[in-house]
Amino acid sequence: MKSRIKHLMCALGLLVLLLCAVQPAFAKSDDPVLLELQTLLVSSNNQDRTKAIELLTQSQHELAFDIYGLLLEGKFFFNRTDNQLYLVDRAEAGQSALHFLDERDVTIERPRDFRRVALNNAQRTQIRRVMAQTGLTADSNKIRMKAVRQMMGDPDPEALSLIRAAYTSETNGKVRELMAVAIAIDTVTQTDEAAQRDAIDTLSTSLEPRARNALNQFVSQTDNASLKELAEKGLIGIEQKIKFYKGLETVYFGLSLGSVLVLAAIGLAITFGVMGVINMAHGELIMIGAYTTFVIQQLMPNHIGLSVLVAIPAAFVVSGLVGIAIERGVIRFLYGRPLETLLATFGISLVLQQAVRTIFSPLNKTVETPSWMSGMLEFNPVFAITLNRLYIIIFCLLVFFALLMILKRTALGLQVRAVSQNRAMARAMGVRSERVDMMTFGLGSGVAGIAGVALSQITNVGPNLGQAYIIDSFMVVVFGGVGNIWGTLVAGMTLGVANKIMEPWAGAVLAKILVLVFIILFIQKKPRGLFPQRGRAAEG
Amino acid sequence: MMLWNLIKEDRGGQILLLLLAIAIIAVPMLNALPPDHALHIPTYTVALLGKYLTLALLALSVDLVWGYLGILTLGHGAFFALGGYVMGMYLMRQIGERGVYGHPELPDFMVFLNWDSLPWYWTGLDQFWFAAILIILVPGLLAFIFGALAFRSRVSGVYLSIITQALTFALMLAFFRNEMGFGGNNGLTDFKDILGFSLQARETKVGLFVASAVALALGYLISRAVIQSRLGKVCVAVRDAESRARFLGYRVENVKLWVFTLSAMIAGVAGALYVPQVGIINPNEFSPLNSIEIVVWVAVGGRATLYGAVAGALFINYAKTWFTTELPDVWLFALGAIFVLVTLFLPKGIAGLFRRKEASA
Repeated sequence: MKSRIKHLMCALGLLVLLLCAVQPAFAKSDDPVLLELQTLLVSSNNQDRTKAIELLTQSQHELAFDIYGLLLEGKFFFNRTDNQLYLVDRAEAGQSALHFLDERDVTIERPRDFRRVALNNAQRTQIRRVMAQTGLTADSNKIRMKAVRQMMGDPDPEALSLIRAAYTSETNGKVRELMAVAIAIDTVTQTDEAAQRDAIDTLSTSLEPRARNALNQFVSQTDNASLKELAEKGLIGIEQKIKFYKGLETVYFGLSLGSVLVLAAIGLAITFGVMGVINMAHGELIMIGAYTTFVIQQLMPNHIGLSVLVAIPAAFVVSGLVGIAIERGVIRFLYGRPLETLLATFGISLVLQQAVRTIFSPLNKTVETPSWMSGMLEFNPVFAITLNRLYIIIFCLLVFFALLMILKRTALGLQVRAVSQNRAMARAMGVRSERVDMMTFGLGSGVAGIAGVALSQITNVGPNLGQAYIIDSFMVVVFGGVGNIWGTLVAGMTLGVANKIMEPWAGAVLAKILVLVFIILFIQKKPRGLFPQRGRAAEG
Repeated sequence: MMLWNLIKEDRGGQILLLLLAIAIIAVPMLNALPPDHALHIPTYTVALLGKYLTLALLALSVDLVWGYLGILTLGHGAFFALGGYVMGMYLMRQIGERGVYGHPELPDFMVFLNWDSLPWYWTGLDQFWFAAILIILVPGLLAFIFGALAFRSRVSGVYLSIITQALTFALMLAFFRNEMGFGGNNGLTDFKDILGFSLQARETKVGLFVASAVALALGYLISRAVIQSRLGKVCVAVRDAESRARFLGYRVENVKLWVFTLSAMIAGVAGALYVPQVGIINPNEFSPLNSIEIVVWVAVGGRATLYGAVAGALFINYAKTWFTTELPDVWLFALGAIFVLVTLFLPKGIAGLFRRKEASA
């Protein structure tokens, strides 16, 4: 018994350690430079704005270039009532304003309160000069890329000559490429045919929207037939590349949806698949996990980044204990009567939902996303992946393999498999089947709780959270083949990707309907799922 | 005489039909009494009772397949809702020019969506006889196709339960879509009259109550007739030992298919009677939770007794009405507790309590 728990703890510990290895970054609102910038920019003194630009220049802040761009475009507003900076597209009532530091959306109620951070011409020139000079010579590759991108297509000849000068001394391949594109955008409009040809070649390799615009413009304006043909070919190549990356993005979205499905279903794969118990309260165990995350965040409001990590074992324990209580209190009297179990656990799910409503109120709770989970990983201008989805995919795989290890490598796993294959024989061999049932159900429920932690990061935490996932979870388990957790993984990912592939042309709802219809038809062909259990254990 | 044979050995059924007969005569009379009379039944209560009776008919249809065929259907609400939608479409067509937009043909929501003509599947539904046929035909056809696929490939047990759930879930999502032409989210509502009688009128409500009671009695007798026949015996054989029945040469899938289809038709009728009494049909009727709730009515009343299903539906729905007005927060606790307690301690439901008494007496 002890060793079983030890194994379990080891697996969990490993999980937590792996997650801790991800270094948390600072939130925008903790950044001293940005805070000072805010105070300078909301000031009514013109001098302060000049100071702000200088501050930004000296700090070499990683966001400096985005801020320069936003300042030039006049997107910065400050609210006179709270003296905070906002990003606003249109200062009209009903429009939304993004709080600069907290990144929260606010609806503009009184447009009069919002004042544009206005620059004078001297300040604008200053910003342009700074962007060109410091940007192109900055140490960070990222900033140099940003600078080039900002200056790309700028008709100002000075900007171009600066890029040309920087191009010769640039060592980083990616930045160099980008600079070449910026130069090519200009070269293609000149008259030297050989140079134009080279420029078209360069532009054809780039996915920058500006490069595509330049090519399009060139095609519509040029009289030179052979160059036109070359440019059109280049455009087709770019379109194909974009299509490819869009496809890649669809697959990525599909995998992230799939991992949510797998996370929700995998606990069920154990309780339903391995034990044959139809647990309609599974969704509510997920919900309990999500609420555990919420409670933990309330307990440690100053460590949001850490709270999610703490929530993982906590949710496992809480949901696991609730699961064990359900098993001891109700399910153990109903083994061998799956349909009755379904009804009883459905009753439990209603009670749990109402309990949450009574304790936490029927309204949705906000669970904050730690800053290390937000952000993007940008591969090229048309393909970027969001980090929180990536983390969920990784997390899903970790949970999956941890479970697989528990089932295949631990004593508990061995006993679980023995009991599920032949209860009477396992008992005859000395396996305490009652205990195994309890532990298995606890494990499945605990995993549901962990799924709840993940779901709390991407969806609303409310009393109906569980209901939204229970049907999907059953579909995934049945589609994958009951009693086979590999099947659950494959099924979840397949359904996720299929859903996302159909979404663009069918719409989200229709895609889901089609997936359901597909599963109904699939079950007709293969009544026991993708990977059916074989042998006598599968009967009945 | 033939009718008597159907319920000769069915004490519960006798009592049920007797009570229904009394209700059919007494309720309209008591309702006609002056409002201050002690025995007066308000029209509101009559409509409520009528609603309960349609739900009892729905429970009956579920008991037919679950109790006697062993098919735990978690999607019977879909057939109920389809019957309801056909009735709703008929009632929408009866509104005519009295809609908010006053369009002579199109229901309000279609005018709102800028449609210029009725979709083809709305044609003919201004005729009651046509709607009445579709009320039976549409759920029956869906059940037939679904059953033909599922039973022929021998999907059974839990798997069948889950795909019936998928069916009703898919239909719910589909009916939520505005493009389907069924009013989307809001469903069909604002009905004015049925067969020329105003739905607000007292007489119409009483009439609908009587119709529901008659439908329940007829449904009961039909179900009883099926169970008493040879087909019914085969059903029980299939429920208790499917493989053995198949080896004895019975076409198990055909037996299942016909009874399942019949049950869906009964559910459709129940839905059609339900809609005019509650005045609205929307996609939530398809929600999988509703379908599970029906199964619970049957479980509480007692599986495979028919009258138990009726009793369970009436009991739980009465409890629901009482709790949601008196103690709304407690209702889900109570319902959940009923689920658990009945499955643990009353596997034969309320009907089982009486039977035990009979057996010991």
